[in-house]
Amino acid sequence: MSQRPITEDDLHAYVDQALEPERRAGVARYLDDHPDVARRVAAFATQREQLRGALASIADEPLPAELNLSRIIENPRRRPLRAWGVVAALLLLGIGGLGGWTMHSLLQEGSNGLSALAQEAAYSYGVYAPDRVRPVEIRASDSVELTQWVSNRLKQPVRVPDLSVSGYRLMGGRLVATSHGPAAMFMYDDDHGDRLVVLTRPMNRGEQNTPMVPQSTGDVAGFAWADGGMGYTLVGQLSGDTLKPIANEIRKQARAI
Amino acid sequence: MKDMLVQVEPLIPALRRYARALMRDRAAADDLVQDCLERAVSRWHQRRDGSVRAWLFTILHNLAVTQFRQATARGRHMPIEDAGEQELVSAAAQEHRLIYQDVLGKLAKLPEEQRAVLLLVAVEDLSYADAAAVLNVPVGTVMSRLSRARERLQQEMDGVAPGNVVALRSVK
Repeated sequence: MSQRPITEDDLHAYVDQALEPERRAGVARYLDDHPDVARRVAAFATQREQLRGALASIADEPLPAELNLSRIIENPRRRPLRAWGVVAALLLLGIGGLGGWTMHSLLQEGSNGLSALAQEAAYSYGVYAPDRVRPVEIRASDSVELTQWVSNRLKQPVRVPDLSVSGYRLMGGRLVATSHGPAAMFMYDDDHGDRLVVLTRPMNRGEQNTPMVPQSTGDVAGFAWADGGMGYTLVGQLSGDTLKPIANEIRKQARAI
Repeated sequence: MKDMLVQVEPLIPALRRYARALMRDRAAADDLVQDCLERAVSRWHQRRDGSVRAWLFTILHNLAVTQFRQATARGRHMPIEDAGEQELVSAAAQEHRLIYQDVLGKLAKLPEEQRAVLLLVAVEDLSYADAAAVLNVPVGTVMSRLSRARERLQQEMDGVAPGNVVALRSVK
């Protein structure tokens, strides 16, 4: 008889009745000779029986109407795009690590105003800033094209801020989706590879001119403000002291449009 | 779609059972199954060859994981001790009710990934390879999680849960 050593996997497969008959017989012989192991295996088999017994009745319950497959095929339930779904998608993309950007604060702060804008920027930062392959869609070398594209889509003249005085080079940008429509995202880096994200989009009525406020959460800090109908935000993993003068510079340049 | 009806409909009771055992809440579980079936309907033509059963469990499992993450992110814990196992199990199982409530209560103490593997393999009869596909991990990981799940559940059943200062052995 071929005697491959009995493995832990064999013991589980024995419990789960997943072994070929020959191997199964081999394990059975082994268990006859090893009462301690046999006791463990018997205990696992008992677990299995108890779990199956405990849950069996669920599968015998009559199906509720909502789970009638013919009905689902005929009229699929149209679910509104729920905020939860969006947030869940973002979490799955790995934004969960953004410190204090919890679902809780997101709900509490509502979806309007500068905090929403800063959240959108933080999401974009979380998705694109760590991207080493394609953080931006249009590179800085095509900034004319970039400017035209985002201005057309935002239906506003948008100018790409020049942050070279602060030591940050434009890497490029892209259009990003927000719950308030399209927004223009620009990304910058410095000689250390630190990245900054600027996000801008039109604001709702009533929020069109709002003073600059700090938006600091977890390790992503930033500033947001609105000027002449457009909202702006700058975020990065830097201190507020470092970001404030850069935000001021962006505001100054945007006002000069 | 006729094809789909024939292949999917018989699996709905098992999907419900898995969802309820994972979520431990009848309404939430059925909602999840409904979501799963809707996705299955809309993606039926995109599925690759292979087990329909594993495909459906994959959709369902991913939906459940998303829900768990949302719950965690919201800071709300899934009920562990007080979910009321009696709600989980109908009166049909009356004679073994206490044993069943006990084992489900102990199952609930296992980490989510161990619970999932134990349910898929020991209750839903998925092959190790199918369970690996559902959980998106190698088969070796399925085996090690299964082993840990069984050891841990046995410790719970023997009253030697990790962290217990005094190990209590149940008298059989």
